[in-house]
Amino acid sequence: MSEIVLQANNISKSFHDPITVKVLNDINFSITKGEFVSVIGKSGCGKSTLLYILSTMDTDYEGELLIDNQNMRNKKEGQLARVRSEKIGFVFQFHYLLNEFTVLKNVMLAGLKLGKYDAKEVEHRAMEKLKILGIESEAYKKANQLSGGQKQRVAIARALINDPLIIMGDEPTGNLDKKNSEMVFDIFKELSDVYNQTLLVVTHDQSFAGNTQRIIEMEDGRIISDEKAFIR
Amino acid sequence: MNVKLILDIAKSLLLARWRQTLVAAIGVTFSIAMFITLLSFMTGLNDMLDGLILNRTPHVRLFNEVKPNPNQPINLSDEYKTHYNFIESVKSSGNSQEIYNNAAIMKALKEDERVLGLTPKITAQVLYNNGATDITGSVNGVEVETETKLFFFNNYVTSGKATDLKNVANSIILGKGVANKLLADIGDVVQVTTSKGELMSLKVVGFFQSGILEVDKVQSYASIGTTQKLMGKPNSYITDINIKLKDLSLAPALAKEYARLYDVDSEDIQTANSQFETGSTVRTIISYTVGITLLVVAGFGIYNILNMMIYEKMDSIAILKATGFSGKDVQRIFIAISLSIGFFGAFLGLIFGFLLTTVIDQIPFNPAALPTIKTFPIHYSPTFYIIGMVFSIITTYLAGFFPAQKASKIDPVVIIRGK
Repeated sequence: MSEIVLQANNISKSFHDPITVKVLNDINFSITKGEFVSVIGKSGCGKSTLLYILSTMDTDYEGELLIDNQNMRNKKEGQLARVRSEKIGFVFQFHYLLNEFTVLKNVMLAGLKLGKYDAKEVEHRAMEKLKILGIESEAYKKANQLSGGQKQRVAIARALINDPLIIMGDEPTGNLDKKNSEMVFDIFKELSDVYNQTLLVVTHDQSFAGNTQRIIEMEDGRIISDEKAFIR
Repeated sequence: MNVKLILDIAKSLLLARWRQTLVAAIGVTFSIAMFITLLSFMTGLNDMLDGLILNRTPHVRLFNEVKPNPNQPINLSDEYKTHYNFIESVKSSGNSQEIYNNAAIMKALKEDERVLGLTPKITAQVLYNNGATDITGSVNGVEVETETKLFFFNNYVTSGKATDLKNVANSIILGKGVANKLLADIGDVVQVTTSKGELMSLKVVGFFQSGILEVDKVQSYASIGTTQKLMGKPNSYITDINIKLKDLSLAPALAKEYARLYDVDSEDIQTANSQFETGSTVRTIISYTVGITLLVVAGFGIYNILNMMIYEKMDSIAILKATGFSGKDVQRIFIAISLSIGFFGAFLGLIFGFLLTTVIDQIPFNPAALPTIKTFPIHYSPTFYIIGMVFSIITTYLAGFFPAQKASKIDPVVIIRGK
């Protein structure tokens, strides 16, 4: 039995404005280390909402969320920020790089914030991550000088900087063309296979999801199927 | 580590919007420069106007006033002690304004630790004889050296030499107004009559200009000895002792103490010139108010610019929060931005303020009444610079605090999902 990284117990969420609508209904599942999980479903089924709850950024929910066996309930804003810094890496649909900084600095920021290593070591590690993603040659360019695919790769490097327990992706290929989408998928696949990185990706890209180890399908705020793809 | 990172991010955000930053900083610079200039100039003017009176006013003046004796015989009588006694037509007793035993008093005062210096003085009421008409006035008998040292006497002698009062026998320095009326020039001889009817010829050795026209129209100066001779008094005769203290604020207390100790009347500078104090205070309040108003306006400028920056940087704030920066960190970043605008703006402002005051200090200004003033007066004081710096930092902190608070409350989910 491998260790459980993330566990959701009876998670529900409702929007109250303007009328109460239940967007998530009694979600239960867990992710073990090294799994590559995708969450699929139609627009509005609550899959992104679920992801933001799991990411600790949205704290307005019912039920229990355990990350690395720690309960996220009753933690203060600062403590949650610490959890995100230490244990979670994010890749969004949009890259959200800071144009004021170089590519390298963008990757380093979260590492510097965590403060586990000194600045030199963080820089070294950031360079390594960029190498894994094959964009070390762009390290000293400003973020806005890169192409869309390159930016998304920088965003992935940024997610990796603190060696997170889990990487969460919200439609990471949503803004990319087919070629770049495949490239991002290949990177994820490599992270999963070579580095045994745990990944949780929300997507509506069927071909993307089809290639992951486990697919959770949602509809109307519930999980309707949760199946492991046969291991190749 | 964390501080360095936060400052680093703040710096990058600032430089990315350097034009806005510059405008905000110029606002602070301008207001601080004006604040410094205004205060230095105002205080300079205050000092000048105060100097007009206060420099020449003794901190404590000892004298003998001609007045009714408060201890009338009936009050001393045991029989009527419990009664209310009404006495009418009380007359002043004794008519000498002389301070008795003044040599001993002056000796004791000179040894007093709190006293900077003192100078004796005689005031004589006289008539200047000018052909058929007489002009009323007064002659002050002074000790030229101590008067110059303590009350800057020579600064107000516009022509002739103050020391000639001592060196030339039977000499007088006329008030400019008196001289104009008498058509007297240096080297001329004027005749004065005392209230007792004695007549004396005095040689004019200089003119005196105090800056206060009314004073110059009546007053003249002579040496102590000449004045004693003029009044027909012995050389121990003194009517006033003017004392300058090391600490001005002690004047009221010491005035009372000396009055009791030496059995004389006394007057302190605060009582004698309270209206000048009020004028200075009001002018100072006005300068501070204007300076702080300027700063507050600059503060609103910073507030606006930070608000705009936060709207522009919504995405950056969201991603910083998503990757582990807490609300506090974000708040610190924006406060750091605001404070650095305040700090550098104020720093430049202090420099510009200093330059501006030195320029004003060079502008010629020749008031007829003030012979010693050649340029606009400026008071240089590090206090103004410290106050300017502190105020600008407080203002910019407050201007940054509220936008920073807003930035710290940004919900990254709303921003990221909104895309």
